[in-house]
Amino acid sequence: MANTEDDKTLPAEPSRPQEGAGGGHGQLVRGDLSFHDITEMVSRHTEKKAPLAWYIAFAASLSGALLLLALLAYVVWNGIGVWGNNQPVGWGWPIVNFVFWVGIGHAGTLISAILFLFRQHWRTAINRAAEAMTLFAVVCALIWPTFHVGRVWVIYWTLPIPNQMEMWPQFKSPLLWDVFAVSSYFIVSLVFWYVGLVPDLATLRDRAENFWRKRILGFFSLGWTGANRHWRNYEKAYLLLAGLATPLVLSVHSVVSFDFAVSVLPGWHTTIFPPYFVAGAIFSGFAMVVTLMVITREVYGLKNVITIDHLEKMNIIILVTGTIVGFAYITEFFMAWYSGVEYEQYAFINRAFGPYAWAYWIMMTCNLITPQLFWSKKLRRSIPVMFVLSIFVNIGMWFERFVITITSLHRDFLPSSWGYFEPTWVDIGTLVGSFGLFFTLFLLFLRFVPMVAMAEVKGIMPQADPHHYDGGDGRAAGNGHAEGDGEPYIRPAKVASLEQPDTDEGEA
Amino acid sequence: MPQIFPKRANTLPILSLVGSLLGGVALIFLVWYYFSPEFTTVGYQPDQPVPYSHQLHAGKLGMDCQYCHTNVENSKHANVPSTQTCMNCHGQIKTNSAKLQKVRQSWANDVPIQWTKVHHLPDYANFSHASHVNKGVGCETCHGRIDKMGEEGVYQAEPLSMGWCLECHREPELYLRPNDEVTTMGYTQPANFVERNLDRVRAEGIQPPTNCSACHY
Repeated sequence: MANTEDDKTLPAEPSRPQEGAGGGHGQLVRGDLSFHDITEMVSRHTEKKAPLAWYIAFAASLSGALLLLALLAYVVWNGIGVWGNNQPVGWGWPIVNFVFWVGIGHAGTLISAILFLFRQHWRTAINRAAEAMTLFAVVCALIWPTFHVGRVWVIYWTLPIPNQMEMWPQFKSPLLWDVFAVSSYFIVSLVFWYVGLVPDLATLRDRAENFWRKRILGFFSLGWTGANRHWRNYEKAYLLLAGLATPLVLSVHSVVSFDFAVSVLPGWHTTIFPPYFVAGAIFSGFAMVVTLMVITREVYGLKNVITIDHLEKMNIIILVTGTIVGFAYITEFFMAWYSGVEYEQYAFINRAFGPYAWAYWIMMTCNLITPQLFWSKKLRRSIPVMFVLSIFVNIGMWFERFVITITSLHRDFLPSSWGYFEPTWVDIGTLVGSFGLFFTLFLLFLRFVPMVAMAEVKGIMPQADPHHYDGGDGRAAGNGHAEGDGEPYIRPAKVASLEQPDTDEGEA
Repeated sequence: MPQIFPKRANTLPILSLVGSLLGGVALIFLVWYYFSPEFTTVGYQPDQPVPYSHQLHAGKLGMDCQYCHTNVENSKHANVPSTQTCMNCHGQIKTNSAKLQKVRQSWANDVPIQWTKVHHLPDYANFSHASHVNKGVGCETCHGRIDKMGEEGVYQAEPLSMGWCLECHREPELYLRPNDEVTTMGYTQPANFVERNLDRVRAEGIQPPTNCSACHY
């Protein structure tokens, strides 16, 4: 595997996508890369020194994570009163942030499970990073309810563990359903991610030269040799896990929406919440994947693997889900009007024109209006446009949760209890810190784990098709070896040449 | 490429599976027992400023609990007596005892004695002595044999955990006694006490609540 010949280089201009290669699919991997090139392109980032940009980003993220740690200690020491939550807004930013981060996670599972079941081959380039993003987003999400309970040292009371207090969780409460929904989501996502990693970890193990690196990777690659039986078991396990994870994509955010929908509060008590939350979650998750992938492919020279076509497909999903979410916003207004209930109508008119109108219109602009730019093929294939829009989407989605949580609560049933929520510096600091934690974890992932599912990407390359090397008449050309078009099976390339950027990004 | 680890490493997955199952059960048991008030607080016996002996006063001399803890029938709190209560007798008996030095000081300076609280309930659990005492829950049922606790001070005899409270709230007929026996120490229930208590529960409509907001409000 490691017989790198330094004199072989790639063409400076990577090839344009070719139709018809590999079973009728458009070519997903560009640049005429061989299997070995893929291994090199991905593996070496875990083996060589990280780029300077990584260190700068890591220093910034780690300081954010430490800020979070310090502020959470402050919250535990003083009690959650240091956050802005108070009557009538008992659920402030902590819940907003919880729903926001859980939502971010959804794209990873959708990409890894649902797109797998639908045989969407383009998922292979981004699924590893998207699943990692899911795990880290769920970690960030779990912080909020954990610390919002106040007495964080008895958080295990939320689990049905026999105890002498005879305390048992309240199974009628959506908050308990959350505990189970989010924790099972985290566990299934982690197992799914890890199972997918095994063949790639074995690749890294085989390339490792350091004694301990070889052993650590050997431990986690579970003795994988790439034998036919290993692949058969792996494919079966992966399919089963994809089946298991698919309902979770829909269930987790439905259950999160029950936190609101099951209550009896105008603005929360609506049956539209589960589908609307799920669409919003996928919307925000894909936006986060776009944000991360645009930077990652740039810094790590992966433009031929994570191509502009991949990004365009994600942008189409953003356009579709954003429009669904916008439709849900408008449907809520229709339902409020059609219900004839004065309080429901007030809740929505107050949302759009009351004291939080600024937040409402940020939400509307970022979630419904700006994604419509993606109708234009030119715009949805433009890196700067999609980068800015994807960040807008996540701003909008954070404000969506803010609008839902805060505006419904700040007008209590008694006008004498009406209030206006204002966050404290601790609210702002913990939110910023949670981004620090998220990016710290993601950067560690980029540094130590193969960021693209190498084995899966190879599986969708034209060379993986058994008939790829045929001469066109169905018979293998030449002497029967896989050299029909003159390509050797493994064609090593210079590392530097792999970083040639994709040149046709701006195509209309 | 040869395997890095020897063949016996194949037992590792099954061992870790069994280990985590057993570990999980063990962890639950450890939390169940060692995180419980039965383990952490039963037997708590703080030092008191005055070596007051319930064994002497309530046991040997046979004073009623309510001579000192006067408000137990009327109040949430079974009050700790003021120095005045002590001085009712000790103004005339044992007026020179060294053990009563602090009581006399308190009396002379008009500064209360700082007794140390023994029986703690969490802030979020509300408990009323009056509603229990008036329905026939004996002092002894929760506080143990106070009449046998001597100069070294009162200790916590029962866990006072939520599960322990609920045991009685679910089946009060197993614990109640007639109201005139509430302060009795070492009370023995007659043979037919369950029927007697069931009659009382029906007659007085005693329904100890088991919903959350009965105590947590």
